[in-house]
Amino acid sequence: MSEKTLDRRTLMISAGLTTMAGISAAASGKSAGWVERLLKRRFVELSDQRREEILAELEASCRHRYGRDDITVGDTRAMDGVEFAYGLDLSRCIGCRRCVYACVHENNQSRDPQIHWIRVLEMKKDNGIDFAESNVYYDPEEVPEPENFYLPVACQQCRNPACTKVCPVKATWQEPDGIVVIDSDWCLGCRCCMSACPYGARHFNWTEPTIAADEINPDTHVFGNRPRPKGVVEKCTFCIQRTRKGRYPACVEICPVGARKFGNLLDEKGEMRYLMREKRVFVLKEELNTRPRFYYFFAT
Amino acid sequence: MIKDIVSFLTGSARIAVKGNRAFYAWIAFLGLICLWGLAAWWNQFHNGLITTNMRDQVSWAFYIGNFTFLVGVAAAAVMLVIPAYIYNWKPIKEIAIFGELLAVSAIVMSMLFVFVDVGRPDRVWQLMPIIGTPNLPSSLLGWDVMVLNGYLLLNLLIVLHLLYTGFHRRPYSRRFVVPLLLFSIPAAVGIHTVTAFVYAGTAARPFWNSAILAPRFLASAFCSGPAILLILFQILQRTTTIKIKDEAIWKIAELMAYAMFLNLFLFGAEIFREYYSNTQHLIHTQYLYSGVHGHDALVPYAWASLTCSVVAFLLFLIPATRKNLVTLNLGCVLIFAGVYIEKGMALVIPGMTPDTLGEFYEYVPTLSEVRVGAGIFAVGFLVFTLLCKMAIPILQDPVSSKSA
Amino acid sequence: MEKTTKPGRQGPDPETLLPGSSSLAVLLVVFTAVSFLVLFSIVRGGVGHVTESEGGRQAFGPADVTGVDFDHELLPGTEEAISGPDDGNFLVPPPPWSESGFFPCSECHSEMEVNPEHRVLEEMHDDIVLKHGPKDRWCLDCHNPDDRDVLRLVNGRLISFDESYLLCGQCHGTIFRDWRQGIHGRRQGYWNGGKSYLLCAHCHDPHAPAFHTLKPLPPPVRPQFLARAAQEEVQETPDE
Repeated sequence: MSEKTLDRRTLMISAGLTTMAGISAAASGKSAGWVERLLKRRFVELSDQRREEILAELEASCRHRYGRDDITVGDTRAMDGVEFAYGLDLSRCIGCRRCVYACVHENNQSRDPQIHWIRVLEMKKDNGIDFAESNVYYDPEEVPEPENFYLPVACQQCRNPACTKVCPVKATWQEPDGIVVIDSDWCLGCRCCMSACPYGARHFNWTEPTIAADEINPDTHVFGNRPRPKGVVEKCTFCIQRTRKGRYPACVEICPVGARKFGNLLDEKGEMRYLMREKRVFVLKEELNTRPRFYYFFAT
Repeated sequence: MIKDIVSFLTGSARIAVKGNRAFYAWIAFLGLICLWGLAAWWNQFHNGLITTNMRDQVSWAFYIGNFTFLVGVAAAAVMLVIPAYIYNWKPIKEIAIFGELLAVSAIVMSMLFVFVDVGRPDRVWQLMPIIGTPNLPSSLLGWDVMVLNGYLLLNLLIVLHLLYTGFHRRPYSRRFVVPLLLFSIPAAVGIHTVTAFVYAGTAARPFWNSAILAPRFLASAFCSGPAILLILFQILQRTTTIKIKDEAIWKIAELMAYAMFLNLFLFGAEIFREYYSNTQHLIHTQYLYSGVHGHDALVPYAWASLTCSVVAFLLFLIPATRKNLVTLNLGCVLIFAGVYIEKGMALVIPGMTPDTLGEFYEYVPTLSEVRVGAGIFAVGFLVFTLLCKMAIPILQDPVSSKSA
Repeated sequence: MEKTTKPGRQGPDPETLLPGSSSLAVLLVVFTAVSFLVLFSIVRGGVGHVTESEGGRQAFGPADVTGVDFDHELLPGTEEAISGPDDGNFLVPPPPWSESGFFPCSECHSEMEVNPEHRVLEEMHDDIVLKHGPKDRWCLDCHNPDDRDVLRLVNGRLISFDESYLLCGQCHGTIFRDWRQGIHGRRQGYWNGGKSYLLCAHCHDPHAPAFHTLKPLPPPVRPQFLARAAQEEVQETPDE
């Protein structure tokens, strides 16, 4: 019923604004779904058909922007009975930053100004985990250094995320499989979520992101690695474009020491449940009750 | 009726733009700063917020600090309304409208500061109810936008009604104005409380995550807002025939002293908690007051702010200095400076330094940010000047003051 | 219309604006001047506060990195590979040294006599320095003396090199268990399907198994340098 009325409204308004539509379409493909925006309807609220159309628009604009016709923008939904979780073995991580760059490569982060979703903190073994004494800019000839250990941090995909509740325009939310995503066509860029995130996991496009056309990963997801515009916030999505098709995230596959683990928390026999049974896991800043799905552990 | 409205609009517009040479010079000065700021903003709009020194590590800074300060100024209008309308205390009553005018201008400025701070100014309409998708009730910024707009509307209604009836020499409707004025008192407390909650609700930033942040906001606002008004009243005393009694000014100064005492007391309570418990969270306060690992950009400002506040408190507390024009004005300037630094820099920036992962990025605003900020202040002063220009002749008209 | 002009006539007298409030004006001017000074000193201050330490000045991207295959292809057959800890079959890439020219070992060793003596190797394999467990560890603890193309478990069972994990698992039981479950070591493929494992020897040289050190990829750009180029461009833009 309400679906119908809304569709009629869409129809009426789009009919009324045909001329404007022509102009806007001619101007650029940037404004995909502008009719919906006029009707205050976000992508997730749209009918499957409209989603398809908007994805096609987004795809066309990405292809145009980078001059590549192999870019696809998907909206693969969450699988039933899946809740993602991540494990990171601190006794293995050597701080080589392979994950950082694999993430940039996979998720189309801006090269300049640089955006890194993963930050690897170097910490002193003598201090234990102490953010105040950590350093992300370490650059020795070789890692690991005997006196240091390394703690990579990205989005913790919290069950009780501090970032989503502060968003003033419902542009970020938690998906059924636990991934916290951002609709970069709706994000206002107010950065409330960046203030609220205790893990520094959210990053802002301070200016138009730049990526060389031949470096683009063409396989994109609408809430994931689709190239972002300037002025919006972005973050790790557990490689939503890969993991919703069953693949491991890029950082898991690149890790030379196999410190990164990923799987379905609801699968009793899966590696995440095994890990949590056999090892002792902990989460960062547990006192904030964010309840991360990102578990750190020491295998030895 | 329509004729009345048209004559009001054209008439008050005429009053607003007519003035002496000093007036035009002032307007021209503000206009130039506006343009200067606008050029910087235009550049920022095209290049993105990279023109600021905000970064992922310190993602809110100068703009949001100014926003916070100005919400406080707006809330301070209530400072004049409470004595005027609750205790029916005559000297303040005639000048309470200037508090409302100040509130209107301050809200305009604070909303402009939010506007220039967002990465996508083309999407701000999404914040509005009905046409947008405000994330209520969970988002405090969403609430803040609601209450600020509501407060703006409320003050505009009161001001326009008073001006409109005054312009046509009719007595204003007490039934209309008094309930609105009374409602503006909790609304003023509300806007600053909600703004404080934007920070205080952020568990990730221990420097803000304090229950007494909202009371501290209110206490400091009740000093800084009236400071501007006290200076304005003296200008009005000398340049117009509006009767502003000295007692009114002294009374406000006395109230400011109490507010400043409360502000300093709450500050002391916070400082005690931080230093005595001496947890890891102390690092933000240390960064502000003594610097950490050689990072000490804010230290001089923090101490300057504290010194200004303490000196101003003493000046307003002692009757002799309160009633002396020079020391009174010095106190106003000190309070304004003290609270401006406290809210504008010493709240937002140390809350984000070091960042949640312990990184120190010493933020200082760029010239572009300062220009945009100056431009917004110029817009606010322009609005305030023109509103006052409209209000002054109406207020000093014998008909309306008799009926009031 | 007459009404509208009337209030204007009673407006302020221009003569009284300055003389009457000179002290006020001076204070306002001083205040404005001071606030501008403060703000500009802050802006200036920014330059001096840039951290002058190594690293984090330049933006490197994946394209600047050599020797890391970010576009790695999955091992053929990964998608269909049987997975799960209890299946006992693991899809693994060929063991190290398969293509190095050493293998098959029998090419040389079948002609040679077996010498079980603990000694310093001089003619061949002199690059191998045993750093693995007790001092009396020796080649033939693991390599099968009679047929060097296979390895030998303690129970005498002979295994091929691509099952070498069985040999390692004899001592490293808990790690072997973790490896089978996917908790130890690197895996590629599908979290809900086929995956490929690496053999122990892919990461740990069996003769000196401590994980080797690596050159870390470049550090992130410090916020001070994030957009220096863009910033300068901005500064140069004329005001009007």
